[in-house]
Amino acid sequence: MDSSRRPNSGPNAASPMGPELARLIELLARLPGLGPRSARRAALHLAKRREALLAPLAEAMALAAEKIRPCSICGHIDTAEICSICADPQRDDGALCVVEDSADLWAIERMGAFQGRYHVLGGCLSALDGVGPEELRIPQLLARAAEAKPREVVLALNATVDGRATAHYLAEAFADLGIRTSVLAQGVPMGGELEHLDEGTIAAAFMARRGL
Amino acid sequence: MAGGAPARAALRLRLARFRSWSALQLEIPAGASVALTGPNGAGKTNLLEALSLLAPGRGLRGASPEEFARRPERAGWAVEVLWRAPEIEADSAELRVGADSEGRRVARLDGREVGRSALGAPARLVWLTPALDRLFLESPGDRRRFWDRLTLAFVPEHGERALAYERAMRERNRLLEEASPDSRWLGALEEEMARAGTALSLARVETLRRLSAAAEEASEDFPAARLSLTGLPEEALAEGFAPEEAEAAFRRRLAEGRPRDAAARRALIGPHRMDLEAVYAAKETPAALCSTGEQKALLVGMILAHARALAEFDDAPPVLLLDEISAHFDAGRRAALFQALADLGAQVWMTGAEARLFESAPPETLRLTVRETLEGSVLEGA
Repeated sequence: MDSSRRPNSGPNAASPMGPELARLIELLARLPGLGPRSARRAALHLAKRREALLAPLAEAMALAAEKIRPCSICGHIDTAEICSICADPQRDDGALCVVEDSADLWAIERMGAFQGRYHVLGGCLSALDGVGPEELRIPQLLARAAEAKPREVVLALNATVDGRATAHYLAEAFADLGIRTSVLAQGVPMGGELEHLDEGTIAAAFMARRGL
Repeated sequence: MAGGAPARAALRLRLARFRSWSALQLEIPAGASVALTGPNGAGKTNLLEALSLLAPGRGLRGASPEEFARRPERAGWAVEVLWRAPEIEADSAELRVGADSEGRRVARLDGREVGRSALGAPARLVWLTPALDRLFLESPGDRRRFWDRLTLAFVPEHGERALAYERAMRERNRLLEEASPDSRWLGALEEEMARAGTALSLARVETLRRLSAAAEEASEDFPAARLSLTGLPEEALAEGFAPEEAEAAFRRRLAEGRPRDAAARRALIGPHRMDLEAVYAAKETPAALCSTGEQKALLVGMILAHARALAEFDDAPPVLLLDEISAHFDAGRRAALFQALADLGAQVWMTGAEARLFESAPPETLRLTVRETLEGSVLEGA
């Protein structure tokens, strides 16, 4: 597999694998967390388990490629025109949670304590990267909220500069609509000791304190 | 503290292929202070720099890591120090920083590989180099970086906050370039600038308070500097406004200043414009107008106040690295410096071109001469 070990290696040496396998490795190497080396290992693993793994995986991927689409209401990645959360009649229409990405939605769903609806922005505002409100699903969010009038919008965005600026932006837009917003608390981590926290974190925790 | 062995000290220093040093092993009895003399270019400062690399950052020269490996070998380098500190439970531990032949940086604590920041808590170091001699004459940016370095010793998050502030500011600058920027978006970014910027300023003002308190306790013969921080929101915070008020005022000023900032293509107010002003108190003279010797003394006074404030903060003084420390001082001021260092109870590593510069240093000081040979720098006992 390692072409440098072949006596005839060099730019003109024959490829050690057919184009199909080379293409598979090239595509696998583009996945997050995989590089050329781990892509070669994964491809070899798949090749050795052709019936048990490679064929079912190819089938699953073909089906997913055909079915996957962003939900037309919330933007979450799913396999139907309307995602399973938006289609669920048991969900609370009065609470709307705004996240940057589908991965954040999954993280909150793993917690299992939120029963409302979601809206996936597809990123956060960044002037430096050329991402404005129109590049995100912000117009859809505001239109949706103006119609559904939820009791509360939870802005569950990342605590980065861009995430926080996006939260400020949305909080103001919702204030104009007369809709209450909240952001996730920041402060003392679970199991954290106050003595070892910086003043900024302690100040944030103090401001977000609540009755027991 | 005077007289007792310092609670924080290097007890043994080993170097391998570091700059001019091919190899070195030096024992420092009971953590005594060290005075290194020798001609220019012999390798004195390299030894101080090696110690400075135990602290977070790029060391006292701000050098890039590929400069550390000794030429021509370029076979990796190592600095290994037996270090005593109150943060180390077993009294002392072997701290090691270095790079292998491929340039991969490694930090070790008693042989265990650790993140470099893990060495920062025990390896508290304060340094002063001739590069800072012109601090009061250089640009505000140099003074800002100097002050932020002092602040970072008390607030490890200071650097991260500065990055957050700058990111929000650059986003706002970019938005202001547009013909009709989204006002709500600008407001959101100004909110972030005000939040991160006020936290930055608050930490800087707190450093000023700590240093002023420490300077008041001092009785040494150094001309005292009256320090102040200029700029917004530093001035408001120094005048005693609550952080929330200072933050709100800063945010308001940013919103009002949009047309002006758009025309200038940058933010004209904020903590990125802070400056440090120093006045030689006894003469009511701005530091920039003082003599070279007076400026150096003001600088040393600030560094001593910082060391004293850190001693209070950590319950043990930092180790001081003072490069070419007494070059601009007369005999009287040199004696006062050594007395102040003795009062601090810290281990001090000093360099100077001639041995006579350290005549009035405490008798237990380890006096060594650095010489350059074909095999690299070598140490000779005085």
